[in-house]
Amino acid sequence: MRFKKNVRMTLLYLAFIVIGVAMVFPFIWMIATSFKTGTDIYSLSLLPKKFTLENYREVLSGSDFPRWFLNSFLVAGITTLSVLVFDPLLGYAFCKYRFRGKEAIFTMLLSTMMIPTEMMIIPWYMMVNQLGWNNTYWSMLFPGLSSAFGIFLMRQFFTGVPNELLDAGRIDGLSEFGVYTRIALPLVTPALSALGIFTFLGNWNSFLWPVIALDSKEKYTITLGLAQFSAENASQWELIMTGASVATIPIIIIFLIFQKKIIEGVQLTGVKG
Amino acid sequence: MAQANVALARGAKVQKKKNRNSIERKKERTAYLFIALPVLYFVAFRILPTFFSFFLSFMEWDLLSPQREFIGFENYVTAVSDPTLQKVFGNTFAYVFVCVPLMVVISLILALMLNQIVKGRSFFRLIVFIPYVTSAVAISYVWKWMFMKNGGVINGILKFFGIAPQPFLNSADQSIYVVMSNIIWSSIGFNTIILLAGLMQIPRTYYEAAEIDGASAWEKFRYITIRQLNPTLVYVTVMGTIRTLQVFTQVYNIAGAEGGPLKSTASIVTEIYHTAFRQYKMGLASAITVILFIVIMIITLIQMKVLNKETD
Repeated sequence: MRFKKNVRMTLLYLAFIVIGVAMVFPFIWMIATSFKTGTDIYSLSLLPKKFTLENYREVLSGSDFPRWFLNSFLVAGITTLSVLVFDPLLGYAFCKYRFRGKEAIFTMLLSTMMIPTEMMIIPWYMMVNQLGWNNTYWSMLFPGLSSAFGIFLMRQFFTGVPNELLDAGRIDGLSEFGVYTRIALPLVTPALSALGIFTFLGNWNSFLWPVIALDSKEKYTITLGLAQFSAENASQWELIMTGASVATIPIIIIFLIFQKKIIEGVQLTGVKG
Repeated sequence: MAQANVALARGAKVQKKKNRNSIERKKERTAYLFIALPVLYFVAFRILPTFFSFFLSFMEWDLLSPQREFIGFENYVTAVSDPTLQKVFGNTFAYVFVCVPLMVVISLILALMLNQIVKGRSFFRLIVFIPYVTSAVAISYVWKWMFMKNGGVINGILKFFGIAPQPFLNSADQSIYVVMSNIIWSSIGFNTIILLAGLMQIPRTYYEAAEIDGASAWEKFRYITIRQLNPTLVYVTVMGTIRTLQVFTQVYNIAGAEGGPLKSTASIVTEIYHTAFRQYKMGLASAITVILFIVIMIITLIQMKVLNKETD
């Protein structure tokens, strides 16, 4: 019995190692290629014949990567901030207040969750052209300032906040806004951080809208910049892989630092949502 | 005296009612204040554009000319009868029918495996989750590079095992599978994490009770694990389906904006992009987005129905 269990565990861990390698290998190969010289990239060795940082020098100083990185950071950061201000506010209002038209408005907002982004991009594009928003940060920001998913998620979490607690705050003389910010919000911080992570990653990785709306290189986000850079340096895979590394490694490092929070956040929304 | 008391009490009651009314009114005002700006935002940037897309889908329009011509359902007829568009719909359903079952099954197996170990669980969870946080664009180029016909590492590995090099992205038969492998690889981590959370919520006592009743491993899996996990499985499947229906970034970056070779990898969304922003057929593109919207809506409504049945 004991022996059987040991064999089973060994097989299990062996399977884990195989899957783990399959998950990580693309990253390893990407990074390995980024340290190789142009003539060396076709060799199948993980280690470069001649280790070089030249690719990084070229990508970081010879192209706009740092700028694109900053653009993405700005766009994703501001969008996330806006979502974190508005979505809990709406979730709270729909959870804790009674007002005329509540059901109708909530249903209307919720139904926008089913609308695929693709359905809105043509009108958005016309809007951007008509109102002269071309190549502005605003054109990247406006599609994501609030999300129905976030409102729904926050409403779910506010149902866990007891009304008596809010009333106690009112008796103590807090204003309605004070009740919200000082009592209700602190009780849903796990949901807030989950929503923040989702929103940031979603915007950081968004590609369809930047491809359509941006044509000035200066305003490119990192995803669009990388795609453009790869098209311009076709078959110079050492440069493309360096660009890909520059675009992914900082995010992976941030993920590794906050991994516990991030994974818990994803699980939280998956179970509740 | 007694009368006065009654009158006083009545007065207090009226006062109280008035107070409550004013509190309620204050709350109502606060609620409107809280939601006003975002609701306006949703109307302006979500709902009106959606209606406008419906409207455009009945028009013929090239974006630049000031005139739009009403052509009724003609765009819809084109959308379902045009051979290229039929191919694109077929491709997209192939993406869904190959990728979604595979990613759910692989994720479920991984989650079950992770649920059995203690040592190294969090490390492993971390490893499978990394693809979720990395940009799909970057990973798409890594895929393109690995699956290069000449000099790609995959063909190198195949050669090592004595298998002839494959054309992969140069072949109209193989390239869609390369894109699919990327979609599956990228989504496994996210699904595994969610399924693992679901598994960890199943009370241990259920299994213990089943053991006492002499249930086999398969019976425990079938009647406890799957049944308890069902809402999570539905969620993961539906999310995966909706996301795969909208596949764009991977196709665009691995196989090119056209979804080549010969449209063999083109998806609904790459074709929307192509129709609207390369061919400037805004009406036709809008009609395709409306069809996509209807498909997604049906799937969402089915999901709601299934999950509601579950909780009843």
